[in-house]
Amino acid sequence: MGERMFIEGNEAIARGATVADCQAFFGYPITPQNEITQWFAREFPKMGRIFVQTQSELGSINMLYGAAATGIRAMTSSSSPGWSLMQETMSDMANAELPCVVIDVQRGGPGGGPIRHAQQDYFQCTRGGGHGDYRNIVLAPASAQECCDLTQLAFYLADKYRNPVVVISDAIIGRLRETIEVKKIDFGPMPDKDWAVTGKGRHKDGKRRVVEHAGDLFARYPSYQALLLNLDQKIKRMQESELRYEGYKTEDAELILVAYGYTARVSKEAVNMARTEGIKAGLIRLITAWPFPYEVLRQKASQGSRFLAVEDSLGQLVDDVRVAVESHTEVGLVNILDRHMPTDGGMILPDKILAKIEVMK
Amino acid sequence: MTEKTEAMTRERVTGRPRLLIPQTAGFVYCPGCHEPLVARAIAEALEEMGMGDETIGVFDIGCNSFLLGMLDIDSVLTPHGRPPDMATAIKHVYPDNIVFTVQGDGGLLAIGADPLLGVLTRAEKITIMMLNNAVYGTTGGQMAPTSLVGQKTTTTPEGRDAIKSGFPIHAAEMIATFKGTAYSARGAVNNPYNYERTREYIKVAFGKQMSKAGFSFIEILVACPPNWHLSPIDSLKWMEEKMIPEFPLGEFKNVDKIE
Repeated sequence: MGERMFIEGNEAIARGATVADCQAFFGYPITPQNEITQWFAREFPKMGRIFVQTQSELGSINMLYGAAATGIRAMTSSSSPGWSLMQETMSDMANAELPCVVIDVQRGGPGGGPIRHAQQDYFQCTRGGGHGDYRNIVLAPASAQECCDLTQLAFYLADKYRNPVVVISDAIIGRLRETIEVKKIDFGPMPDKDWAVTGKGRHKDGKRRVVEHAGDLFARYPSYQALLLNLDQKIKRMQESELRYEGYKTEDAELILVAYGYTARVSKEAVNMARTEGIKAGLIRLITAWPFPYEVLRQKASQGSRFLAVEDSLGQLVDDVRVAVESHTEVGLVNILDRHMPTDGGMILPDKILAKIEVMK
Repeated sequence: MTEKTEAMTRERVTGRPRLLIPQTAGFVYCPGCHEPLVARAIAEALEEMGMGDETIGVFDIGCNSFLLGMLDIDSVLTPHGRPPDMATAIKHVYPDNIVFTVQGDGGLLAIGADPLLGVLTRAEKITIMMLNNAVYGTTGGQMAPTSLVGQKTTTTPEGRDAIKSGFPIHAAEMIATFKGTAYSARGAVNNPYNYERTREYIKVAFGKQMSKAGFSFIEILVACPPNWHLSPIDSLKWMEEKMIPEFPLGEFKNVDKIE
């Protein structure tokens, strides 16, 4: 039995990381994720774990690189503009094959944007974000409970694939207070990290370890092609094994909504409203924004289902839906322009989604 | 004398530090470059202190990154300019290890100024070694923060104009002014005397980590003959006549406790 508590999503992320044996957190102030950084600042020193307030998000992500290179579990969190700053090192860590967890509590953009909720970092998270060919597993919590559980999963997957894992949250999920159970999930023992840099004296064979992101410079792989081949195989393994989604009333659905994060909760409500009107609607809620359930959508499309992407951005997730169904069927969109009011406090609410469902039914 | 027998003779005369990895696949540095001597000085310092097994080196992008292939210690290569961040995290994980960075003048004072100011602000107990050759070496001799006034580089073809592009930064003096700094010095490896002195600076700096005194910094002047457009011999002359007068050698701060 874990401990039951009434906390917001941001704190649930911190609690999840803690039970997942995260030993170091690096953070720079940015709204709307400050609760995460402040929690670690308050709690980690008491536990003898590491907290550093960094001089910038560049500092956060590069300290994360250093901590991950020593083999410990470590994390940073930020919000959209800070997440942008981190991208060079995200790419480097994918090359260096360093396991670590990065949280992006999305806010509005482009640019400085509003500091309130949005879902506009979908492309940046699911396409890697930085330069070069790489992908990260992207976990998308839709509740405080999932913030806790998916953060634990993120650490496990990072170690499993020796690759950064991203948790994509948003200001609504981050600040939403719910009763959750903080329980350590058992994923089995942590893998041996014989590659980690610890000082030669700590290695059984007494030989040096080198962590680097250049690939061809120090002969980690026999060639650049070999490095790329390894990355390609890793991407395919993650795609094959780590797809996660929740199907809600999709069995007989003629119209399937696709969403993640806060808009997935709103979409579920809209599906329920549609069902009371006798409309056969369903929802595919992404738990991994990457890998994306292309095959699941393709099959549903071949059975005649139509699709409605719901996202609090101009339209990013909808592209993946279109790729999946290969123009065999109609794809609708409820987007950030459908918010209930035009200010940055506007949200996508169930009635707007229902109206679109009624048009498409 | 062939190259091989010359190397063997040199090894018989001076010995080879065990932490210095023989460069069997060929030598990557240009003729007359001083950076390999820095690798040797670090290897000797660590060996004399008996700390090779307890040390982690953090290397930047640039010519200095080849030191990663020369020193037989656990090492990390970082994105350009970020070694102080890596070293910070590693030092927090392993506070009893020696954690040092090797960076160029551009890597520390231009693109790396943000993490440098970060470690100075937080008084991280790490050592930064900055190799100052007054140019960007790897990329073809562009102006660096340390380029001398009047120095011709590929981005100041008429010579560095102080009014247009400022003055060289004196890192060792600047870093000595920070309260979190326990040690700051500038050395060179252009002659045996300076080499020996620089190796001692490195030992003192690493000692500041072992006593957890505070942040330690060493700037080391190194020649870059190709980008100075001089022969290795003339580069030594330029070092004496131009570099050292602009960047005087010595210790600028040495305290046992920061306050």
